Amino acid sequence: MSLIKAMEDMFLENPQCDVSTPVDVRVPVHTLQPVKRYLDSRNLQYSIMIEDLQVMLDEEQEEMDSVARDAEPRSTDAFDYGRYHTLNEIYSFQDMLVAENPNLVSKMVIGQSYQGRPLNVLKFSTGGTKRPAIWIDTGIHSREWVTQASGTWFAKKIVSDYGRDPALTAILNRMDIFLEIVTNPDGYYYTHNSNRMWRKTRKPNPGSNCVGVDPNRNWDAGFGGAGASGNPCSETYRGPRAHSESEVKSIVDFVKSHGNMKAFISIHSYSQMLLYPYGYTRTPVKDQTELHNLAKKAITDLASLYGTRYRYGSIINTIYQASGGTIDWTYNQGIKYSYTFELRDTGRYGFILPANQIIPTAKETWLALMALMTHTNNNPY
Amino acid sequence: MRLKIIIVLTILTGITGSPSITIRPEVELVDNKQRISEQQNLVTETDEVVEDVMATGELNPNHYPAQRAAKVVQHYINTLYGSPFKVFHLHRVHSGNAEDVADSGRKYQLEISVQEMISNTSGKCSAEVFFSRGDKQHSPQVQVMCEELLKINTTKEEDAFYQHLKKNTSLLSAEYLPDSHGHIEPDMKPLWHLASVASSFIMLNESTQDTLFNMAQVANVTQLATESDQLKFEYLILLHEMVSQEIIRWKLLVSWCPPEGVKVLQMEKLPHCHECEKPPNTN
Repeated sequence: MSLIKAMEDMFLENPQCDVSTPVDVRVPVHTLQPVKRYLDSRNLQYSIMIEDLQVMLDEEQEEMDSVARDAEPRSTDAFDYGRYHTLNEIYSFQDMLVAENPNLVSKMVIGQSYQGRPLNVLKFSTGGTKRPAIWIDTGIHSREWVTQASGTWFAKKIVSDYGRDPALTAILNRMDIFLEIVTNPDGYYYTHNSNRMWRKTRKPNPGSNCVGVDPNRNWDAGFGGAGASGNPCSETYRGPRAHSESEVKSIVDFVKSHGNMKAFISIHSYSQMLLYPYGYTRTPVKDQTELHNLAKKAITDLASLYGTRYRYGSIINTIYQASGGTIDWTYNQGIKYSYTFELRDTGRYGFILPANQIIPTAKETWLALMALMTHTNNNPY
Repeated sequence: MRLKIIIVLTILTGITGSPSITIRPEVELVDNKQRISEQQNLVTETDEVVEDVMATGELNPNHYPAQRAAKVVQHYINTLYGSPFKVFHLHRVHSGNAEDVADSGRKYQLEISVQEMISNTSGKCSAEVFFSRGDKQHSPQVQVMCEELLKINTTKEEDAFYQHLKKNTSLLSAEYLPDSHGHIEPDMKPLWHLASVASSFIMLNESTQDTLFNMAQVANVTQLATESDQLKFEYLILLHEMVSQEIIRWKLLVSWCPPEGVKVLQMEKLPHCHECEKPPNTN
């Protein structure tokens, strides 16, 4: 073949302008011999850096594939609960859990996030139709990573304890548990890839540079009142109207159509608190006494494990006034046992809680959840 | 209530002629008994009172007014006694009292417990916090008296760290303390502690009755060369304000040496970063 043709097929990896700097050339196999002859005839010095590029690429791909295979747990028993996981890892976990426990767990997709991600809810049920149910959500605020991590641990705990722990077995024999682990998946993805401190949804606001709505100010309870912001740039922006966020609306629609939710527990971090309604008004809820006393029992159980101290009370007294909040809406829907947790810690690490505290946090919180769920199960209404 | 249900069901039965409705009052009785005994097992008390935030007199230590004032005391203690090896954190509010002072502001009296995080020791403190009101917005004024807690000896560690950095020919720098997963390299912990202490000056200045500040993360820190005995660092720190939930960015120029303690030489609040991009965490 002519040399000119051969030269057309060569690829200069690092074109140089001056004559003294070496140039790297990638030579297709069909031009290899002509190129070698040309270089030799001109006394141009060369050395072979890579004999066969394709072989090298194949080996590298094989190595990457095997690393990827080793990194993905093959079962929920092999899943590392003491580490923070990506959104995809949690989605895979959910599918594995369902596959391993088909008679107890199913996955429901209650809607889509703004960016089109599935809003997955795990349903733990031993049968029946529209049984009275308990709802638990984690990760509604995406930067609160210990909550999604704890939610993952709770999911595994439920399947491990059913049939072994009498208290949980009693609950599941009469009630269903719904668990939404990543309630704000767009936000969660953003905290991994762009801004660890992102709180809100990722929906753009027309007429503003600022993105996102606070999903815990977007519910139809005291919406528009003090305790939320009307400014899209604010971390507590309530949104253009109640339930404007699909992440919120999906839960609203699900709860309404289910019609038999008896407890609703929304989990946040940080501050170490167990809170009941209201956040939007100082008027106490009708069930104040019962909710207060149950909270006291729950945090006493929580403290029994590691001595972690929680405060408890209504939202507006204990932390701040907040309008458009989740559990204010759920309580007003008639879900009496509506609670919000603020998990570890009290500000030393805040949102960026060390991963070695995930499991202790999940374990102690589980004791409080069991107190709430047991009471709910024993006090039908 | 039960009687009403029975009547309604009977009527329905009459209309439809369907024998399928079963009334089981015995079962309901059992449920009621269970319900009553369950509630009796819980101590029936209500310590939850609707508290007006402008309440005068005794405060509920678990509610936010006392808690916010107590957090200010934490910041104050750190500005006086904190170091790369000594950082204090509010542990608990035992009791609190508040009163208005003429037109000038509001004074809190608090009994709190404070914990030194590195030695893991805690002790009690009595404190007074004064928040001024009106046109002249000063930072809160604090007086505090603590048990031996503040006399914890960290001279050895501080001197060793100081000497190590003074001898080092290269200047330290780091970013994201802790990283996204809450991890801090052991070598970097003193710089993280130093940031907590330096932040306390800002958090103290910025605090009001409507705020609660914590340091969220050190975005980056760079050691600067100095001619003097002081070690100097430039920090970019993220603070978290709980009530607004905002992340506030501050640039700080900080100096430290064991005899002089921590000083903030310059401070600059940076504009709100709406789309703060950071590179994916390498973990």
